Amino acid sequence: MKNKRSFTHFFIYLFLILISFISIFPFFWMIVGATNKSVDILKGKLFFGTALIENLKNLFANYSVGNILINSFKISLITVVGSVLISSLAAYGFEFYPARSRERIYSFFLGTMMIPFAALMVPLFRLMNSFQLLDSHWGVILPMIPSVFLIFFFRQNFKSYPKEIIMAARVDGASEFKIFFSIVFPSMISTYAAAAIYAFMTSWNSYMWPLVVLQSENKKTMTLLVSTLASGYTPDFGVIMVSVVIATLPMLIVFFSLQRYFVQGILGSVKQ
Amino acid sequence: MKSLSYKRYLDLWGWFFIVFALIGIVLFLFYPIIYSLYLSTFTTKGIIQEFVGLGNYVRLLKDNLFVLALKNILIILIIQVPIMLSLALILAVILNDRRIKFKGFFRTAIFLPAVTSLVAYTVLFKMMFTTDGLINQILMSLNLIKEPVRWLLDPFWAKVTLIFALTWRWTGYNMIFYLSGLQNIPSEIYEAAEIDGASRTTQFFKITIPLLKPIIIFTSIMSTIGTLQLFDEPINLAAGVVTGSSIGPGNSLLTPSVYIYNICFKYVPNFGYASAISYVIVLIVAILSIIQFRVAGERQ
Repeated sequence: MKNKRSFTHFFIYLFLILISFISIFPFFWMIVGATNKSVDILKGKLFFGTALIENLKNLFANYSVGNILINSFKISLITVVGSVLISSLAAYGFEFYPARSRERIYSFFLGTMMIPFAALMVPLFRLMNSFQLLDSHWGVILPMIPSVFLIFFFRQNFKSYPKEIIMAARVDGASEFKIFFSIVFPSMISTYAAAAIYAFMTSWNSYMWPLVVLQSENKKTMTLLVSTLASGYTPDFGVIMVSVVIATLPMLIVFFSLQRYFVQGILGSVKQ
Repeated sequence: MKSLSYKRYLDLWGWFFIVFALIGIVLFLFYPIIYSLYLSTFTTKGIIQEFVGLGNYVRLLKDNLFVLALKNILIILIIQVPIMLSLALILAVILNDRRIKFKGFFRTAIFLPAVTSLVAYTVLFKMMFTTDGLINQILMSLNLIKEPVRWLLDPFWAKVTLIFALTWRWTGYNMIFYLSGLQNIPSEIYEAAEIDGASRTTQFFKITIPLLKPIIIFTSIMSTIGTLQLFDEPINLAAGVVTGSSIGPGNSLLTPSVYIYNICFKYVPNFGYASAISYVIVLIVAILSIIQFRVAGERQ
């Protein structure tokens, strides 16, 4: 009996190690690849090389990577601030000022969550055209700010917030706006962190909409650069690897420094 | 009288808090989806616009590329989503077991792919799966294959590569949902089942799966929506591999989203026709979601 158990345990660990290895391996390969020449990567070299500087030079010489990184950070940060602010305000309104009319609007909001982006792309493109926002960062940012998922996420988290505190603050004469900003907001920091991480990840990784909106080389984002580098017929694998590392690094840093919130952010509000 | 005006005062604040999101969602979600329906009754060539009624929808049925795109994502949906979700569920159950050590490490490692951008990981997979690339070299040195597999050059293997990549990226992500669901199941239920002599397998099918049902439905609907709108992966996996406008060998990686994009921005733009395609996708998403709710017997 005991032997049988340790036998299955052995296979369970073997399975876990195999899956973990497959999960981590591409990261390892990407980092090793960034230090190797294109030929060596193709040959399947799996240890660190000396071509990192050369790859970086090749990438920075042909593309204004600094500028592109600034574009990516600018778009992501504005989207995060706008999206988190507007979504949390709305969730607060829905949760703490109950009214049948607003409840209807809320369920209508939830219904739109299932609409695929491709269905919105054509009208949004025309809308941005009429606003004269094509080929501009605001054209990328504005449609990404309203997020039904984040409104839902904030509302689920606000549900556990004691209503008595708000009542008490009202009795003390605090204005509704002040209650939100100086009482509710500070005590919900972890919810805000989770939402901000989610919004940052979505925006930093977005591809289709920036691809449609941005045309000028100097306005493009990191994700677009990676895609461009990899779609040539004679790609330089070393340079691509470096660009993939640069595009992935911010997410890895956010992940490892804020791991707890990160998972919470992805979970959203599935927890009952 | 005073309380009535106070109620109105609070109601106005309620509107104030939601008004920004309301404007945003009406402008960038509600208006586009309605406009898209209107647009789908026109055929557009550049600036010339002609009313065709349901003509675009009729044309769709005879459009080989559209039918192929639909077939492609349905194959991926039917094969990839069940594999990924079962794998995620099995991993979650294993990692929820108290006797397993190094859980934190395994959880982090398996979740890590979910951090990468869709474009970045697709590019990595594209480089790994070239015909003279790493994966073939490993498989050949392990004597699993004699000749290199033409991963990205053969219609069948191109889909296999895409399925493998998608599974790599999303299994850990779904696992986290199941793990959180499992943590909400009280351990007393399992203890009681053990006393009653229920085997591990019985416990899995009679306790774990029924109690996780809401989350399983949630993840399968999310994965369905995600698969139906696949764009980043197929377009980047196909770019620069095969010549011409084919998305993957023999258009084996063509998806409706890629097709919509091509109709709008690659060929002579026909926004009306593209809108009709997008509406068909919305309809399929709605139908599949309803089916999944029904099959699971949930009402929400």
